[in-house]
Amino acid sequence: MKGFLNYVRRNPNLGIGFLMFAILFVFCTIGYFRYDLAKAAYPLAAPANKPPSWQYPLGTDSQGRELYAVIVAGTFLTLRIGVTAGLIGLATGTVLGFIAAYFRGWVDVVIKSLVDILLTIPGLMVLIIIASATKQAMSITLLALIIASLAWMGPTRSIRAQVLSLRERPFLQAARLSGMNSIEIIFLELMPNLLPYLAASLVGSVTGGIFASIGLEAFGLGAMREPTLGMTIYWVIYYSALLKGMWWWAMAPVSVIIIIFVGLFSLGAGLDELANPRTRRVL
Amino acid sequence: MRTGYVVQRILLFFAIMWLAATINFVLPRLATGRDPIREQLIAQSMRGGFMSQSMEVMVQEYRVKFGLDEPLPKQYVNYLWNTIRFDLGKSLTNYPKAVMNLIGEALPWTLGIVSFAIVTSFTLGTILGALIAWPRAPGFLKYTVPFLLTFSAVPFYILGLILIYFFAFQLKWFPIGGGYPIGTVPSFTFGFVTKLVYHAMLPSLSMILASTGGWALGMRGMMVTIQGEDYMNYAEAKGLPDSRIFFGYAVRNAMLPQTTGLALSLGQLIAGAGLVEVVFGYPGIGSLLGQSITQFDYTTIYGIVFFLIVTLGIVLLVLDLLYPLIDPRINYEQA
Repeated sequence: MKGFLNYVRRNPNLGIGFLMFAILFVFCTIGYFRYDLAKAAYPLAAPANKPPSWQYPLGTDSQGRELYAVIVAGTFLTLRIGVTAGLIGLATGTVLGFIAAYFRGWVDVVIKSLVDILLTIPGLMVLIIIASATKQAMSITLLALIIASLAWMGPTRSIRAQVLSLRERPFLQAARLSGMNSIEIIFLELMPNLLPYLAASLVGSVTGGIFASIGLEAFGLGAMREPTLGMTIYWVIYYSALLKGMWWWAMAPVSVIIIIFVGLFSLGAGLDELANPRTRRVL
Repeated sequence: MRTGYVVQRILLFFAIMWLAATINFVLPRLATGRDPIREQLIAQSMRGGFMSQSMEVMVQEYRVKFGLDEPLPKQYVNYLWNTIRFDLGKSLTNYPKAVMNLIGEALPWTLGIVSFAIVTSFTLGTILGALIAWPRAPGFLKYTVPFLLTFSAVPFYILGLILIYFFAFQLKWFPIGGGYPIGTVPSFTFGFVTKLVYHAMLPSLSMILASTGGWALGMRGMMVTIQGEDYMNYAEAKGLPDSRIFFGYAVRNAMLPQTTGLALSLGQLIAGAGLVEVVFGYPGIGSLLGQSITQFDYTTIYGIVFFLIVTLGIVLLVLDLLYPLIDPRINYEQA
């Protein structure tokens, strides 16, 4: 613990990131024990359009959801979408990046050109097509899978670059000369060296996943019934909450979304420094 | 620049276009049990009007009209042929209006705010980035960047919601939404144009706030690298005035990679601008897309998405072909 605190002093970004998520965690835990989430986060749980008060700390929306409960449930659901999509994207990307960089040749050419082509297409646009084609059956899991389908290109590209640089290092040549086979080299030599790097990319792909999920949901392409953060933004826009002066309705999801993104951003910057201490300190 | 590269790059462009068109054709047809025409008619009949018996006839009628009664390969060829001619079909909700016309009406609005936001944030960010890396610049500037970077972590439209509340609802400095005042007729008079700019301020501001930090960061990185170069020391040793070294030597060289970043950020900006428009009720392509999604207007959704992918593809193609002319250090042959 003491060592960690000392490290955070040198790498304040990491500390800020953890702090943001700690705040969010405390906030959500209190809400978790205060509310019956399966009820209070859904319509008709409370009187509509109530500004924040002792009884409804964050107010209620026009359909009678309790916003505190919505935020607690929404944070969990949104993080779940982001983490699922990010993990699948990163896993696929790692495997493809490894294959491309380790075996080179035509496999590398195919994977690399596919990634290059797909990266020039704006991902959110393709996601909009997929999501609107499956709109009726939309659920949290499906949304996560749809987002994951376009979340692997970034990781593929960066893991490929990283492995390409690692495979030329002397310790790998030593491993090869000492008679280790490909599998052993990948899991015993390459993987451990990639771990901090993978952690940093995971933060990146989770951020991307959450970004895409909130974007799709704000367009009205999410699971309409679920109280995710993006859907709450959608309802805020749909009911023109701000024009009616219902600031609390927008404030709740907006602040949590800002906390999540700023937290992930700092966490990513901190982990980046942990992974490549040699990169120049940004600021 | 070698012709080989140009040909390769143009081929890549067509590959992307073909891929986009095919995704557009295949995906909607993969979703089983979906029948946009029937859904549309049901939705309209719920709003009042149609008899359900005559609906089957209408569904058949429309299927013939949209060419949905032909075999799939033929539909695919027709689709590709139409797409090449930029005929994206007709809107389902605003039938018989062509999707291309709808896009044409919305496009100037989007172009307006997006280009304004890009130019402003790029200029501001580049200047700011150049200054914070410059030892003789005022020190307080250093503290603006972490602040701006925090904004860059947040989606544009989330910032937009905050801006609407404070600057439009509370302070009433800016209009709360829309592209121009309700009740006025668009025209090219001075009075109307000022109103246009006034309405475009907040939506652009949300994008500018979010993207300036990134530009500043990129520029700072380049400036720091350049300051170690020999020609910088030489310029200083010659006793050139500070401003000349700053603009003529440092900024000029650091600028070029910034323009590369411009191309990479375009896609993100266009996609992000869509929701900003929805939030502000700004009559651009994003709002059109938002409306089409709520009204299940599939032809318009697919049309807009395809149009945006193509536009972005063309912009990237042009930029890629222009770079070697702008920056002689870029040599695609070695890549």
